[in-house]
Amino acid sequence: MDEREIEALKKSKEGYEYGFADEAEYGVTPVKGLSEEVVNQIADIKGEPAWMREFRLKALKIFQRKPELTWGPDISPLNLDDIYYYLKPKGYYAHSWDEVPERIKRTFQRLGIPEAEQKFLAGVEAQYDSEAVYGRLKNQWEEQGVIFETTDQAVKQHPELLRDYFATVVKPDDNRFAALNSAVWSGGSFVYIPPGVTVEIPLQAYFRINARSMGQFERTLIIADEGSFVHYVEGCTAPVYSVESLHSGVIEVIVKRGARVRYSTVQNWSSDIYNLVTQRAIAHEDATMEWVDGNLGSKVTMKYPAVVMKGRGARGEILSISFAGSGQHQDAGAKLIHLAPDTTGRITSKSISVADGRAGYRGLVQVLPGATGCKAHVECDALLMNRESRTDTYPYIDVHEPDAEVAHEARVSRVSEEQLFYLMSRGISRTEAVSLVVSGFIQPITKELPLEYAVELNRLIQMEMEESVG
Amino acid sequence: MPMLEIDNLYAGTEEVTILHGVSLTLDAGEVHALMGPNASGKSTLAKALAGDPGIIVKSGKMRFMGKDLSALNPDERARLGLFLSFQYPPEVPGVTIASFIRTALHELTGEETSVLSYYAELKEKLKQLELPEDFANRELHVGFSGGEKKRSETLQLAVFQPKLAILDEPDSGLDIDALRIVAESVNAMRSPERAFLIITHYQRILNYIAPDRVHVMVDGRIVHSGGAELAKELEERGYDWIKQEFAGMALPSEEQDTR
Ligand SMILES: Nc1ncnc2c1ncn2[C@@H]1O[C@H](COP(=O)(O)OP(=O)(O)OP(=O)(O)O)[C@@H](O)[C@H]1O
Ligand SMILES: [Mg+2]
Repeated sequence: MDEREIEALKKSKEGYEYGFADEAEYGVTPVKGLSEEVVNQIADIKGEPAWMREFRLKALKIFQRKPELTWGPDISPLNLDDIYYYLKPKGYYAHSWDEVPERIKRTFQRLGIPEAEQKFLAGVEAQYDSEAVYGRLKNQWEEQGVIFETTDQAVKQHPELLRDYFATVVKPDDNRFAALNSAVWSGGSFVYIPPGVTVEIPLQAYFRINARSMGQFERTLIIADEGSFVHYVEGCTAPVYSVESLHSGVIEVIVKRGARVRYSTVQNWSSDIYNLVTQRAIAHEDATMEWVDGNLGSKVTMKYPAVVMKGRGARGEILSISFAGSGQHQDAGAKLIHLAPDTTGRITSKSISVADGRAGYRGLVQVLPGATGCKAHVECDALLMNRESRTDTYPYIDVHEPDAEVAHEARVSRVSEEQLFYLMSRGISRTEAVSLVVSGFIQPITKELPLEYAVELNRLIQMEMEESVG
Repeated sequence: MPMLEIDNLYAGTEEVTILHGVSLTLDAGEVHALMGPNASGKSTLAKALAGDPGIIVKSGKMRFMGKDLSALNPDERARLGLFLSFQYPPEVPGVTIASFIRTALHELTGEETSVLSYYAELKEKLKQLELPEDFANRELHVGFSGGEKKRSETLQLAVFQPKLAILDEPDSGLDIDALRIVAESVNAMRSPERAFLIITHYQRILNYIAPDRVHVMVDGRIVHSGGAELAKELEERGYDWIKQEFAGMALPSEEQDTR
């Protein structure tokens, strides 16, 4: 997007609440906690068809009987009874600029985000119109038969697609938070790419506005029909500030025969958020699914993008970076499930821990009976910045075919004094030297991101470094 | 005022003293060679000058451009115009030579050069050093051969144009052509405002770059200095005679050693 377009955006006046435009205003006072009543209220407000209401209620029952997680990071401080499960965006985000923490304001400034956009990202300003850019691209996509809208809209406008595919990749009983999301989901994107269509411009990559569509319990569904290609970009590197302490999204991707989907996301949650996300793709015959995942911020993140390789010759690739600053725990990872023969998978995970931050890798490679001739390669590198920094690696490998080639490499490194001295001997300051080494460490992943995301990610990590390393 | 003045320098690690009273003066416009057997302390001296945090100065003085070096961080020393070509430069994965040099150049000069003019200049230097253009796109020293590492250091020398260049074995691992190219590049940089301290084991590089002075370090001390002919003599006779001749030199006292 060029300067002119940004200007045009800033000037445009039509109000358009992204993702929530078609909802009627209901005069209900939100209540904390989860109940059948709350779920019914969500379905009422959204004016949803009966099948979706039933789906939500069923999911609620599943959630209520699912036991609490017995593994992974400590999420016990998270009180699920003390959360609003449905809030209009105005409620979810800050009400006024004064409510936005100083730290976040400072980050906005240092990222050079224009003030109007800063307020929008912080949720203070609900209206930040995207029609100027979005409208033009939308026409282009529509000509190709691409569907790209909010999942809320899609429930009404494309019920046949939704009924066929919704919750087929991540079922409500998949895990406790998938059940929770299924009961109360709101927002998220729905994407359908017709057979043979290649979408040239990454969907959503053009605008930071997407931070807003990423609600508290968003639900994204992407269907790439046979032989199609799309690169979908979600999130933004500017910190997402929310007044609620839980983000629990579900992302489902279906990659049909010979199609390829790349899903890139960089998220930077404010440091009091529990970020518990389920994202999974099914790759059919000769299809390729790629997750590029960047996790910053949050108090705890649990996120394990998965590719289920269901058709012969399918490929799955997961690239992930996680950055744990002080007081943060990033439990990131990846899953490769080989269901069909001749499927290949690759996981590259890079984690950085600063101060007492904890960033780890939790992964699963599974080769099921009948899936002969499979290959999987896992590489996880951890970079520890300080003495008290921590990393954990939990690589689960479960192979049922003797001819599978599964390799796992794990490395833990520290920024070496030798490297720093070398860089400093060239006139580079210590902090700059540290961020150079770190940006080099994550380069195998940043090079896969759209340029503006890569640049911002590097800047952001540099800022985090300066704050924690000093 | 000399450009570099080292006065009775004692330095080493926390546990051991490696340099036992080194004194050396270098004027602008001069080229000095520092020779000596393995493990005699040549690289330790170079590191002490550049500010390696692993080398602790125990006593003595190092002054460069009139400033006390001990008070400065390595990056501040570099910004004053001091450059060390490393004997063993480390790998920095994921950072290309081009982007690293650009960052360094920006820090050294404080100037923001345009991407285009920077790449034009870099291309020119690569050409001078007969390096392939894609050399600068490689990750800093990752998987480099010994010779390639030296050529990366020489490339940086040519771009940064420091006032004082300390070259720690710039010739080791170089083939005959590469040695000539490196030497030519150093000669092209010689000027009345610039000085070089070249650490080497071999006469060969000094055939190209005629030194004004040659110093011999043994066991952490400069035991002998002379003109260019001293290097030739060492090449022919080795170090044994020097060790014998100067064995009578007073060993550092206990007191000094524990400083
Ligand atoms: N960090 C260190 N810890 C312990 N010993 C060290 C350290 N650095 C250097 N030394 C020792 O100090 C001595 C001098 O080392 P130095 O690298 O300065 O030698 P040099 O003259 O450069 O040798 P060469 O010609 O082989 O490069 C050696 O015995 C070396 O092992
Ligand atoms: Mg040496």
